[in-house]
Formats: sequence, C-alpha cells, structure tokens
Amino acid sequence: MLEAYPQNRLARIVLWSFAALVMAFLMLPTLVVVPLSFSASNLLEFPPHAYSLRWYENFFGSATWMAALRTSLILGTLTALIAVPFALLACISMNRLGGKTAASIQSILLTPSVTPGILLAIGLFFVLAAQRLVGTLFGVLVGHVVLAVPVACIVLLPALARFDWNQVQAARSLGADWARAIGGIIVPQLRLSLLSATLMAFLTSLDESVISIFVASGRNSTMPKLMFVSLRDQIDPTIAAISTLWTAIVVVVVVIVALRQKS
Amino acid sequence: MKSLPITIDSVSKAYGSYVALDDVSLDIQAGEFLTLLGPSGSGKTTLLMALAGFVRPDSGKLLLGDRDITRLAPNKRDIGIVFQNYALFPHMNVLANVAYPLALRKTPRAEARQRALATLARVKLDGLAERNVAALSGGQRQRVALARAIVFEPRVMLMDEPLSALDKNLRETMQYEIRRLHDDLGITTIYVTHDQREALIMSDRIAVMNSGRIQQIDTPQRIYDRPSTRFVAEFMGEANIVAPGSVRRIDGAEASGETLMIRAESFHLDAKLAGADAVALEGTLRAKAFRGENWLLTLALDGGQEVLVCIPAALAGGCAELAAGQRMTAYAPAAKVHAIPGATA
Repeated sequence: MLEAYPQNRLARIVLWSFAALVMAFLMLPTLVVVPLSFSASNLLEFPPHAYSLRWYENFFGSATWMAALRTSLILGTLTALIAVPFALLACISMNRLGGKTAASIQSILLTPSVTPGILLAIGLFFVLAAQRLVGTLFGVLVGHVVLAVPVACIVLLPALARFDWNQVQAARSLGADWARAIGGIIVPQLRLSLLSATLMAFLTSLDESVISIFVASGRNSTMPKLMFVSLRDQIDPTIAAISTLWTAIVVVVVVIVALRQKS
Repeated sequence: MKSLPITIDSVSKAYGSYVALDDVSLDIQAGEFLTLLGPSGSGKTTLLMALAGFVRPDSGKLLLGDRDITRLAPNKRDIGIVFQNYALFPHMNVLANVAYPLALRKTPRAEARQRALATLARVKLDGLAERNVAALSGGQRQRVALARAIVFEPRVMLMDEPLSALDKNLRETMQYEIRRLHDDLGITTIYVTHDQREALIMSDRIAVMNSGRIQQIDTPQRIYDRPSTRFVAEFMGEANIVAPGSVRRIDGAEASGETLMIRAESFHLDAKLAGADAVALEGTLRAKAFRGENWLLTLALDGGQEVLVCIPAALAGGCAELAAGQRMTAYAPAAKVHAIPGATA
C-alpha cells in the first residue's frame, strides 16, 4: 500500500499520520496501565504522583496470584500441546479429503471461534457439571482446547495447502509409515507454522476469561479469572502491574513469532 | 538386484461416475521396461498410483511376483517411484535425500552414506552430495530423484512422466540415461508418459491407454506400424485412415475390403520407389509445408477426404515447385498399408 505513493510526498505524510493515529487508538488504552502499575499511590491515578514497585512486590508476594499464574501457565502449555497435534492431524485430513467433506469438517472445527464465548461457557458448564468436572483443571483445559483448535487450524490450513503432498507419497514409497512421514517430512517443513500455532494456542488459553470464570474455581482459578474477581472486589494498582506483565508476555510471544517468520 | 514380474488382474477404479480404470489386465515381465502411454485422463497415472499403493482399486488384483499387494501399505511394497515434480525433500541436502530410504531401513550410517554416494555417482552427481536441493537445476533434481528411488534396490521402479518438466535437449539425454540405468540394474520398470516419441525410444513394450482401458499392448514397432485401433494409429503419429475404395493397387490386384491405415511418411511421389505392389492414392494438392527434415503435403482425395503425405527433404526434389490445386498421386508400399478391422474412415 505504501509503495503506491513513492513520488507523492504529501500523500505519504497523510498516510503515515493516519496509520500512526490508528495505532495510537489501538494501543494507548493498553499502554495507559503501564504508568499506573508503577504508581506509589493506593488508588488508580493517572498520571501517578510518585513511583514505586510495591504493586509488583504485592503481586509476586501473593500466594493466590502465584497459584493463578502457575495454573494459567500450565493450562496454556497443556492447551498448546493438545490442540496443535490435534489441529495438525485434522488439517492433514481436511487437506487430503478436499471438497464438501473437508468444508463441513472445517466449519464444525471453526465453530467455537465464532460462537459467543458466554454460550460456549454455559454449555461447557452443564456438560462438565454432568460429569462432575466443574472446578477441575481438566474441565478448563477441555474448554481451552476447544477454543485453541480453530486458532491452530487457521494457522496450519494455509501452510498445508502450500505443502507439496507428493513428498509424503515419496516418503511412503521409500518406506516411511504414516508416523514417520508426518514426523520426518511434514513437521520439519511446517515448523514455523507449527511454532506460530503453538504460541497462538498458548495465548488463546492465557487470555481466555469467560470459560475460566464459569468453570474454574479455587486453586484452579486462572489469571484472567482472578483479575476479573479482584477488579470487582478491591481495586488497587496490583491489577495494573499484572496487566502490564501480561501485556509484556503477550508482546514477547508475538514478537518471537514475527521474528521467526521473517527469518 | 532381483527384479519381479507384475500382474495386473482386472483392475477397476471409479471416482463417482467417472471411470478411471475399466477392467485393466496387464502382465509385465521381470526386468521389462514397459510404458503406459496415453492422453491425460486415460488412466495411466491412476494405474501407476494403484501399483504404488496410493489408489485402492475398487476391484481386481495386483501381484508383485506371486504376492498379492492390492491392499498392502505403500511403505511395505519396496517400489521405487520417481514423481513428475521429483518430490525431493527441501529440508534435506542431496545426500540426506538419497540416504533417506536407507535410514528408514536402519542401515548403519557409514554404509548408508557409502551406498548413497555410490548411487549419486551412478547418476553422475558426484560432488553434489552436500548441495542444498534448492540449489540444483531441473536435470540435477531429476537425477537425485532417480538416485533416491534406486538406492534401496527396489524390485520395481515406477516413473510418472519424470521428464515432462525438462527442456527438449535434456529430455532426450535423460531418455537414454534412464534406459541405460534400467538395463544396468535390470529392474522391472513401468514408465508413464503422454509423449509417444519418448515411449517409442525407451520401451520394450508400450501399453496404449485411453478412457481407462488398454487399447493395445505391443512392441514399439508393432504399436507404430500395426495399430489395432484407430485411436492407437492416430495417437502414435501422423496416420491416414482411408476407406478401401479410395486406394488402387498399381499391380491391379484386388484391394482388401477393410479400412486402411497409412502413415504420412510411408508415401512416395515416385511410383518406382514404392515397389510393384504399391497402392496409389490420387487427388488434388490442397496445401504444402516445409518442415526442415521433410515436406508435409495435404492431398484431397476425390471423395473429399484429406490425406497427409510426408516426403523426406532428401527425396523431395520437386516438392518446392508443386502448386496447390495440382493433380497428383502418392504411392505407399504394400508392406506399409495396414488394415484396421472394424474401423471406419
């Protein structure tokens, strides 16, 4: 888009300014919590009068928050480890089946990403309640995997569409069974897409709040759930410190993905 | 290397209402070089993929030696395949590509390396072992694909239009090299192509396919000179299919009552060159074209049918002076006139 105006200086300035404005509009609300988190005050005030790291100390010193952090990281990792292999196999079968069959499987698999989260959460709550799994880590994990599979599929499907399937046939004819053809030929060549899918699945779980609010409880509360609860019960800048850390984690993950894709 | 015969017994395959293979039976001898020749959609690649194990026949049997492989997994067939697009593994270098089947067979590393290098030498790729696949030319990739398909000493080799992506000169070189490799290894080879010249040059026998059926299976010479159907006659080269009434024996003998096939290059303009028992076709010259090694004349017979006459440039002294509309006669030796029972002109 930018290359379309190589000569026209004014047009370039307008375009860049507009782009900068959009970026600011998107990012400022997120960034505003950063100074708040370094405030010395007991209240959320902007701009802060004095600075301190007390809210970060508060966060790292709290057993409740640390348990939630641990739960979220475990959940995110497990979600990625389950959703990505599942999505890879699903995408391979859709790629091979083609036509209407693949299209129907795809629409079923992608449904959770377009269903309102609250509906999914209520539905999941009843299913888990019937199995006496409400409040367990497993219950939340199921919900997060359901949400992460479409995300991983969206990353992996186009990558597989570009993949030359003759290579798998060649590997099979040379003596590889299915597992070795997938592990030795497909996975190494899709490693960047698989890494993206893994990180996206991890982030999906890390960011998810609605299912966690419905299904997680007590020891198994996730970070987003605890953040919602603490916003309701006691507003202090700890939440800003956590938001800042959370944003930093997400930014790091996204930057890693972007850099890996570039190289 | 012990090669095996292949038996294809009444194999059929349909995709919905489209019949890809229609009751195909074929015996391929151990060590034979057989070509499946046909236009696209004739079923030749489907048949090859059924042998490879990637297409499961709806009915019929495939035997490798006396073993039924119809439902055997592709990785257990021990068949080397060269794909049209080579299907090399881009994340491995040349040596790793060639050693891949050996690694799968748990060949010790040193031995695998040595065998892979020896095979690379065999296909004239010495010195490129450490090269990245992406850095190779089309011809070199072709050779890597060949090396990878033979390094594990398969008992059968399948090749799916392996030369179609190469330019003409390289293609001709590779035709001879693949055939020489086959002769050295003595490996049963099934080769798929839609190029009739390639089939003629390379094969022990050719199976011409159309619409999922084998039209004729025979030696290249017999396929070319003695086609059993009109389709085979026309697919193999410039064929004229003429009604028995359009030709006249110059010795006055009675012509047979069947439809005749005469190849364009069988004709002479000089009756003496065609022999005493030649047949003559009379007509009007419609068009002429100089094609370098020969002249192509289009002759309109009195019945209206057009006949292609191809005269080698060396024998075509008078061709340049011929004018459209002129009456002329073309002569074909009796031995070059082939009856196709059941065909109509």
